Amino acid sequence: MTRVSPPSEAAGGRLRVRAGRFPWLLVVPALGGLAFLVLPFAGLLARAPWATLGTRLLMPEVRGALWLSLTTATAATAVAVLLGVPLAWLLARADFPGRRLARALVTVPLVIPPVVGGVALLLALGRRGLVGRHLDAWFGLTLPFSPAAVVLAQVFVAMPFLVISVEGALRGADRRYEEAAATLGASRAVVFRRVTLPMVGPGVLAGAVLAWARALGEFGATITFAGNFPGRTQTMPLAIYLAMQESPESAIVLSLVLLGVSLVILVALRDRWTGAL
Amino acid sequence: MVDRTTAAAAAGLLLAALAACAPTEGGDGGAQQERTVTVFAAASLTEVFEELGERFDREHPHAHVEFNFAGSSDLANQIHEGAPADVFASADSRTMRSVAEDDRAAAEPAVFARNALRIAVPSDNPAGVESLSDLADPGVKVALCAEEVPCGAAAAEALEAAGVEVTPVSRERDVKAALTKTELGEVDAALIYRTDVRAGGDVAGIAFPEAEQAANDYSIAMLTGAANTGPARAWTGLVLSDEGAEVFDDAGFTPV
Repeated sequence: MTRVSPPSEAAGGRLRVRAGRFPWLLVVPALGGLAFLVLPFAGLLARAPWATLGTRLLMPEVRGALWLSLTTATAATAVAVLLGVPLAWLLARADFPGRRLARALVTVPLVIPPVVGGVALLLALGRRGLVGRHLDAWFGLTLPFSPAAVVLAQVFVAMPFLVISVEGALRGADRRYEEAAATLGASRAVVFRRVTLPMVGPGVLAGAVLAWARALGEFGATITFAGNFPGRTQTMPLAIYLAMQESPESAIVLSLVLLGVSLVILVALRDRWTGAL
Repeated sequence: MVDRTTAAAAAGLLLAALAACAPTEGGDGGAQQERTVTVFAAASLTEVFEELGERFDREHPHAHVEFNFAGSSDLANQIHEGAPADVFASADSRTMRSVAEDDRAAAEPAVFARNALRIAVPSDNPAGVESLSDLADPGVKVALCAEEVPCGAAAAEALEAAGVEVTPVSRERDVKAALTKTELGEVDAALIYRTDVRAGGDVAGIAFPEAEQAANDYSIAMLTGAANTGPARAWTGLVLSDEGAEVFDDAGFTPV
């Protein structure tokens, strides 16, 4: 059915379907999967109050929540890239004791409920937390209920996506290019910057987009660790949850806004980095 | 190579899964389903309703009560969307009204208990809070419930009655979340129900005069389309009985 071309033919191993054989057997489950993912949004669109859409969008609290969401998610992605890429490199390339344990620990935030992550962040960085206690005593710094807490909550849930994505790219990259550069006299830093990074660039970008999207949708850890205050820590998902308590219509509108904005940004990114994703 | 068998098996599995998830038309239930009464109840009723539920199961060997506890507004939304509930118990009249206006209440909702707010502070009261007016101090970190949920609406009423302006650091999604933030000492004070102060760990409650003006009434109603009207009526009766009142009183509610 499919055949992986050998690495010599094309780095990255493209998949080729032999001509004249359409994989009909996969169509039924594939369409089922697609329908399952798309159907809920059809429900949202069917119930959207189109008539009042415009007036609801102009509410200042909506703009505030959207702006906060976009800025914190972007900041969280930047932090995740700065800390996550070196971490991914260590996990993929360095041999150190406890590496398997470290890799398992990186994936913990993916499996624990975000609310529990929020409680854990409070117990570590809160006013009476393990580390937070000292931050408060020495620097007068309290993290919870601040925009910084929103970013930290998002980094906690989103960074694993980036690390896993970049680590996968590093493992799949052909190491001979780096070896060649090293034998030609490039220092480790130069090899990393000029050879490794460009090779795993698409992986970093895909991981960053995933992390950004996950940060944008973050709810549980944020409301638990950063609390909910309009203009300071109320991101779009929090505004949507609370709107749901009073009027499902408003919640649907806000959801559509978030959906629309993220689609626009993701599509724009994709055009800018043609073929990278 | 994906072979025909694997693909067929995968497709079969998918269809089986979809079939398992599909809603079954009512009336397929055996004797088991005939006797279960499903109660949607406000989160602050968790402890008292579970205790009453044990008594109910003991007193009615042929019936069993099952609960779905959540924020009153969440439950009301689920009921609007046609969730299969037999009885609804809400933490305030506003939410119950929205269900009644939707013609889901089978009978006039009945009030069965009353709750009142307290200022909850961590046991060591780090900010030295004594009264409602202390919460207006910018140096005091206060958590309130969001105004969309009953405890937040009650807090707004109480603060207005007292003429106190409070800027909270957070508007929590429900009363239990505000309690947790206080227990952990992340906030210096929160306005939550008396019963939750009592159920909490390292917190102390401070009474204030305006609390009575912002008391909230818990009401209960049987819902239209209840699968088992007999057991549903029996459960509602137990909640409204003297025996029920005793349980509410013990937990710090004011029986009505």
